[in-house]
Amino acid sequence: MPAKASGAGAMSSSATIEVPVPRRSVIPGGTLYRGNEGMWSWVLHRITGVAIYFFLLVHILDTALVRVSPEAYNIVIGAYKTPIMGLGELALVGAIGFHALNGLRIILVDFWGVGTRHQKAMFYVVLGVWLVLMIGFTPRHLINVFGG
Amino acid sequence: MTTELTLDAPRAPHARTKRGINWEKWGWIYMRVSGVLLVVLIFGHLFVNLFLGDGVSQIDFAFVAGKLSDPFWQWYDFALLVLALVHGTNGMRTIVNDYVAKASVRRILHTALVASTAVLLVLGTLVLFTFDPCPAGADPELVASFCEDIL
Ligand code: HEM
Ligand code: HEM
Repeated sequence: MPAKASGAGAMSSSATIEVPVPRRSVIPGGTLYRGNEGMWSWVLHRITGVAIYFFLLVHILDTALVRVSPEAYNIVIGAYKTPIMGLGELALVGAIGFHALNGLRIILVDFWGVGTRHQKAMFYVVLGVWLVLMIGFTPRHLINVFGG
Repeated sequence: MTTELTLDAPRAPHARTKRGINWEKWGWIYMRVSGVLLVVLIFGHLFVNLFLGDGVSQIDFAFVAGKLSDPFWQWYDFALLVLALVHGTNGMRTIVNDYVAKASVRRILHTALVASTAVLLVLGTLVLFTFDPCPAGADPELVASFCEDIL
């Protein structure tokens, strides 16, 4: 029997529609966000975004110490030069590098005609470029922190 | 008498019924525009402060004085401050909307986000534009070399 309906005509006051029971969900093979690269890039994007946000709050406050006194600023910024914070800066740069590159990927998915089709490939490009940046940055930063 | 039922074709454009500015759309656009600008600004910031010279170990009061006595870096940092903070805050708003189901808690968190952002925007801007690279009475060892003529 076809769906029975009374339309919202001037005469009728109620509408009845019979809708088939929804099918049980099967895990779809490929959507942009569920499972696989699309989801993990989103999870990482969110986590790195939150981490950078909280760093920025602290960072604006520590920079504000230049208005207090040279001594106050130098003492607090001295904490950034310890080995543990040096590793923290590495993590921060890694987080920002990923968020920035993946952010560009998101923008391409949204605005580039064939972006959605290539989102997976672009995720691996993001990881590749990220790796190159980190390989360039890490040794130099570690020398600055641990060396002389 | 039965009337024909008409259904919109699947995926027919959804007509907005609310009038006025679509803030959600502008927020979405802002995240993308600011993101592109931030790539340039943040990579430049990290390159100058963490990569050139001696990286982190060069940073002290005199280093900052050298940068912030130049209007170029003042305006550079101002753009960085505004774009990054508003981008981050708007992103946090999205995340709060996703995970906080209770309207009252959401309201409290949104208010906290807006308030802290407003305070930090004012503080950060004041720091950039009222900064004195050679504060009177400062230890000459700690300030930039160009302060010798002034102190
Ligand atoms: C380096 C350049 C950056 C780029 C290209 C970028 C790009 C983006 C884009 C396109 C989005 C929107 C994602 C969406 O609507 O689905 C986003 C979200 C976000 N961004 Fe950024 N961003 C950058 C820097 C930052 C910075 C500096 C912060 C922190 C202060 C930040 C924090 C966030 C947060 C918290 C979100 C929300 C994440 C979510 O909804 O899952 N981003 N970013
Ligand atoms: C470990 C990495 C970082 C170091 C060592 C660092 C260092 C500095 C230094 C020395 C200053 C003083 C002014 C200047 O040099 O221009 C500064 C200011 C600033 N930085 Fe960073 N920075 C880092 C990461 C970041 C990141 C990731 C962001 C953006 C999300 C950022 C945003 C800012 C802003 C907005 C200011 C100006 C603050 C104000 O208005 O008072 N910085 N940073």
